[in-house]
Amino acid sequence: MPHVEGFMYPNEIALYWSILIVLYPYITGLVAGAFILASLERVFRVEAVKPTYRLALLTALAFLLVAPLPLQLHLGHPERSYEMYFTPHLTSAMAMFGFVYLWYLMAVLVVEIWLDYRADIVAMSQSTTGWRRLLYRIMTLGSTNVSPRALRIDDRLGWFITLIGIPSAVLLHGYVGFIFGSVKANPWWSSALMPVVFIFSAMVSGIAAVMLLYMVSMKLRREPIDMRCVDTIARYLLYIFVIDFSLEMLDLIHRIYEADASFRSLDFMVHTKLYFSQIVLQIYIGTLLPILLLTIMQFRKFAPATRKAVYSVAGSLTLISVFAMRWNVVIGGQLFSKSFLGYTTYKVALVTREGLLVSIALMILPFFILWILIKLLPPWITKPAAPLESSTT
Amino acid sequence: MNITRRQLLILLPAAAIAWEHVLAGTPESAPNYTMTEHWWGMLIDIPKCIGCGNCVAACQKENDVPDGFFRTWVERYHVTDWNLTNPEVISPDGGKEGFPAVKEDENGKYFFVPKLCNHCADSPCTQVCPVGATFITPDGVVLIDQKYCMGCAYCVQACPYGCRYIHPVKHVADKCTLCYHRITKGLTTACCEACPTGARQLADLKNPKDPIHEFLKTHPVQILKPQMATGAKVFYNGLDGSVR
Amino acid sequence: MRSFKDTGHLFRLAGLFVIGTLLFFGIRAYFVPKSFGQYGHYRGNAIPEMAAHPLHFAGHQACETCHTDIFQTKKTGKHAGVNCEACHGPLEKHAQDPSIDPGKPDVATLCIRCHAASAARPKWFPQVDAATHANGVPCNTCHQPHNPVIGAGGSK
Repeated sequence: MPHVEGFMYPNEIALYWSILIVLYPYITGLVAGAFILASLERVFRVEAVKPTYRLALLTALAFLLVAPLPLQLHLGHPERSYEMYFTPHLTSAMAMFGFVYLWYLMAVLVVEIWLDYRADIVAMSQSTTGWRRLLYRIMTLGSTNVSPRALRIDDRLGWFITLIGIPSAVLLHGYVGFIFGSVKANPWWSSALMPVVFIFSAMVSGIAAVMLLYMVSMKLRREPIDMRCVDTIARYLLYIFVIDFSLEMLDLIHRIYEADASFRSLDFMVHTKLYFSQIVLQIYIGTLLPILLLTIMQFRKFAPATRKAVYSVAGSLTLISVFAMRWNVVIGGQLFSKSFLGYTTYKVALVTREGLLVSIALMILPFFILWILIKLLPPWITKPAAPLESSTT
Repeated sequence: MNITRRQLLILLPAAAIAWEHVLAGTPESAPNYTMTEHWWGMLIDIPKCIGCGNCVAACQKENDVPDGFFRTWVERYHVTDWNLTNPEVISPDGGKEGFPAVKEDENGKYFFVPKLCNHCADSPCTQVCPVGATFITPDGVVLIDQKYCMGCAYCVQACPYGCRYIHPVKHVADKCTLCYHRITKGLTTACCEACPTGARQLADLKNPKDPIHEFLKTHPVQILKPQMATGAKVFYNGLDGSVR
Repeated sequence: MRSFKDTGHLFRLAGLFVIGTLLFFGIRAYFVPKSFGQYGHYRGNAIPEMAAHPLHFAGHQACETCHTDIFQTKKTGKHAGVNCEACHGPLEKHAQDPSIDPGKPDVATLCIRCHAASAARPKWFPQVDAATHANGVPCNTCHQPHNPVIGAGGSK
């Protein structure tokens, strides 16, 4: 039994949402954020970030494929999870998950990747051999039409899909924020700001992730890093981080000012149980420091090596900070009693189904999937291969 | 007493007939139970609660409640220095074995508060269930379909009163069922049956003869956390302002 | 048609989506329980399943049909409102088959559960200091549990 201080309702002592439920919003946040970065180029025509366009899409896909896993591992009866598709309870934000996920995966991400890569897929279906050839042929859906007109149609449709992909990404992650924000029973969660804060911190994490992945990939391939690209990404990271920080401060200040019935209990919790994860990790090291570093980069053009080092540090701290934010929301919301008279503790198990080892494995898995995706659909070919004869369709 | 088989054969039907007559006097116990004729709740009379914990123990026996989790529990409040905003509250093992004895406090008071699922008419827990595994019946009892529940625990998070938990063996949500299997047969709940002072009384709000109507008319009653607007149907008489 | 000339691949994609959607509804029809939606967004059969759970407590009416003498003793005394199973524990098995002997409650621990003195209990409730009240003598030496006030009808 966890250690209890003060009084908790007897059924509240155990935590029901574990580190896996911290992971899930973190992963979908990375998906949404990576997609928003991709849309910067496609829809908002920020040309500078084009080198990361395909990488951002593949990153989003890799993380999206892993996203349901922490949920399945957490469920008491994962074999019944299909019920969310067949009898979704429309008053429940969580019921939206199945459909929003499916929509985003199939109608947005997969279709957009397919449309963008189609010329390359067709080329590779004719140039490779063995099982790869079969795989690419399946992916062509039997059509090898890569005429300029077809590609132009693909481009227009891809633009349109990216356009609806932006609110879809917002929905994919915003509803997670609403899952927490709409629980009136829990004053740490219940807030209209919650979905908004989730979305902006998601964007921050996704942008930081793609920026880091781009720099690491270029390093591994011994290719030069496009400084104009990373400078632009870092700038957008800064802007969105400032908005995100403002929103979180607004929530905090509002709470402190109104000081409602829950305030004393929550304030005590933040200053004791959540001191390291919230004050030190999330705010000081994870938000203020990266914002400071990135701001300094705006005032003077430092040497590329310096900029790369600073961006790496800032990006890494950002990723840690957003994880800490999810932790503080999910775990923090369960550490205090709804009687406002006590606190419990959460110790992450090591080897259980909802333990630390599983969580680490779930965080490594997307990178493994991304590696496979990069091998199958290289993001580095920015020009489609020379058009081959299209077969009569 | 030793009963022979013959005596039993006479006694049992006689008892059954007698039982029917006894039951027929209590209007809510008709053999054919019609859900729409009932709207269940409970009345808890705080000044009558002696903190014996019989209700908690009885509920556990009736419903196979796992150790460490509670479908009903009793809290003991100690208001010190007449400070209503910061009471000392304990609930050792849910109050199942009673509470340790205390000495008189001249500047404060003690009292017991039994708690259970409030079977809310506007329950936030049924609102958030993603698959329809928890619901309110037409007769006002919030139940969990444990064959359908996925164990996501969203309902546990959404309950403002802390009355739900995830069953450690079945891995589904669990909570007080208002002894649905008893009340549909004209019996009362296990906790009400076991309460020695009548501090807990099952109430059928749709039954005009139910004593709750007279009680509600003549006593000021409260529900827990009224600001949550849950439509709670467990009414408390004499609920102190310090109760959380 | 000329405008559809270079969109064959899109039609194939759309076809995949249509097939997927049809499969979804087909599989759904198989999996959703038949009684779902009968009364609301839940499995209607869950209600009778809940109502069919086994009893452990029989309820005082069951006891009173057979143990009428004890019922008479009890109903005029201070324990009139104390139901049988509050002290005797769950008795449904015994009520179904009276040959099953439920045993007697342990007096040493039973009575003090309610009557041990504590300032937390309400003032109107009869309480005693367990250590000094009886000097270790069992409660039912002087008090008849079914009509406990000494001197009242049926007491020892």
